[in-house]
Amino acid sequence: MQQLEEKLITQDEGTPATGLKVVWREFKKDKLALASLIVLVGIIAVTFVWAFMINKEELMQISLYDEFAEPGTNGFILGADQGGSDVLGQLIIGARNSLTIAIAITVITGVLGVAIGLAAGYFGGIVDAIIMRVMDFYMTLPTLMIIIVFVTIIPKYNVVTFVLIMSAFLWIGTARLIRSKVLSEGNRDYVNASKTMGTGNFAIMFKGILPNISSLLIVELTLNFAGNVGIETGLSFLGFGLPPDVPSLGTLVGAASNPVVLENNWWVWFPASMLILILMLAINYVGQALRRAADSKQRLG
Amino acid sequence: MWKTILRRVLLMIPQLIVLSLLIFWLAKLMPGDPFTGLITPETDPHRIEELREMAGLNDPWYVQYWHWITGAVQGDFGDSYAFKDSVSSLIGDRALNTLWLSLFSVILLYLIAIPLGIYAGRYQGTWFDKGTVLYSFISYAIPTFVLGLLFLFFFGYKLDWFPTSGTVDVKYEAGTWDYFWNKVYHLILPGITFALLGTTTVIQYLRSEVIDSKTQDYVKTARSKGVPMKKIYSKHIFRNSLLPIAAFIGFTITGLLGGSIFIETIFGYPGMGQLFIQSLGQRDYSVITALVLLFGFLALLGSLISDIVMSIVDPRIRIDN
Repeated sequence: MQQLEEKLITQDEGTPATGLKVVWREFKKDKLALASLIVLVGIIAVTFVWAFMINKEELMQISLYDEFAEPGTNGFILGADQGGSDVLGQLIIGARNSLTIAIAITVITGVLGVAIGLAAGYFGGIVDAIIMRVMDFYMTLPTLMIIIVFVTIIPKYNVVTFVLIMSAFLWIGTARLIRSKVLSEGNRDYVNASKTMGTGNFAIMFKGILPNISSLLIVELTLNFAGNVGIETGLSFLGFGLPPDVPSLGTLVGAASNPVVLENNWWVWFPASMLILILMLAINYVGQALRRAADSKQRLG
Repeated sequence: MWKTILRRVLLMIPQLIVLSLLIFWLAKLMPGDPFTGLITPETDPHRIEELREMAGLNDPWYVQYWHWITGAVQGDFGDSYAFKDSVSSLIGDRALNTLWLSLFSVILLYLIAIPLGIYAGRYQGTWFDKGTVLYSFISYAIPTFVLGLLFLFFFGYKLDWFPTSGTVDVKYEAGTWDYFWNKVYHLILPGITFALLGTTTVIQYLRSEVIDSKTQDYVKTARSKGVPMKKIYSKHIFRNSLLPIAAFIGFTITGLLGGSIFIETIFGYPGMGQLFIQSLGQRDYSVITALVLLFGFLALLGSLISDIVMSIVDPRIRIDN
């Protein structure tokens, strides 16, 4: 009996898998998640390296002779668009731009969301009340329309202002999530212990609470990344996204707003649509696998 | 009960005021004014200045805001210079089209999502369940405009099953059955796209609700009393799971409004979303301002409806006095 108990205890004490190990186990168990991760990393690596090797001036040169050249003709693997520019080259540059913008927005909204969510959840009281009122109001705004209006009326419109406009409206979700987690975390013993020992508020927030909610934050950021790719390409598709000199995947798909192109020149918009779809599926699937890994109840492995 | 609803409605008033102030500020940021479109090389600058003075554009901002908001409440948003028509009558036609599309989509959405959610939960772990989970994942991840374009390309152009734009063919006379069916025919493709994209939340919610309720006491009680499993699902669990879904309807409407910008642009459907994009292209600022205000108001209304339905369905979340 005693032996059995000892055995049980030693088994329990075998250090539980933490951090990256848990994530790795989850991905090993779910092959589709692993495939998504490989596809995602592959696409990012290929587009970023390849985009460096493309001469943008040459790519965007208008050549009427090659107008809507079909795939495989005139040396265009994926054909050419209305201006006779190579679709494949635009696809690579567009993907690189869309991914870069989405990452930038994800980072900015992440920092904003964490800072505001931490402040609201940790300090509580009047600070929390004010921030919550502001966020409640933000939530009910027709965000997409207001972003589009801002994009139209801003005088100096470029990539930086676009990223800033998007970020100004997209931090709410992260801030709400962080706030609710910090609220429940703030009453834990370790926080109270730190307070008793006289640790400063900032040290508790960033060194104590933040690491404890980091797994959740990573999941949130991954899903935000997918969302931002969707919103940016969507806006660029409508013509209110990246400025014309910075092609995005959405810009290529936008060629299909012309019914003639949509019906007859599928090679202009179809590959970009598929790339967006694959990116969205892969990032979201990776995000879901990470979420399962972060929650011990849902883990597969 | 009524107290809760009244409180919730009162809570909306400050939100509306802040929303209108924000939009008024946005409108002021927009370049030009209603008379910019009238300026030609022969126009006397003094005449324009007179017109501006008469229209109150030189008044302090709070006076202008008051004029604008009192007009807006009565449905007067000024004139659209691109369409040479009053903004309210312009939006009126489009709003009806958007309403039909939203209504049609919501009905389709629930027709698809409710059976999928219930059966996936009931037969948890089967192929049907796995298929449903996969489907709801894909419909969650796919962007509106990508699915819209693919459907339009395959079902509209390649297979030629559905019309590719408009609300009704000109050859039909208004008021006849043919006219009505042709209208519905035009709604099908955008409606299905809309519905498929919106199903995720409802399916996931229903599925997990049904799975949870399998182990609930009321189900065990019914089972031990000898109620057949089939009846437990169709009566007991179905009702309990469905009530919270009713509360989603407000948020569903809000979501549809946002998506209507994409769907209506892609399917050439003349609703408010398409009008918004067109007006932006023509820099028709009075229409843009009115539409943003209207969409903001409808979004607030959606969350109000959701809250009210929720408080009827679930007494626990009523605001206590």
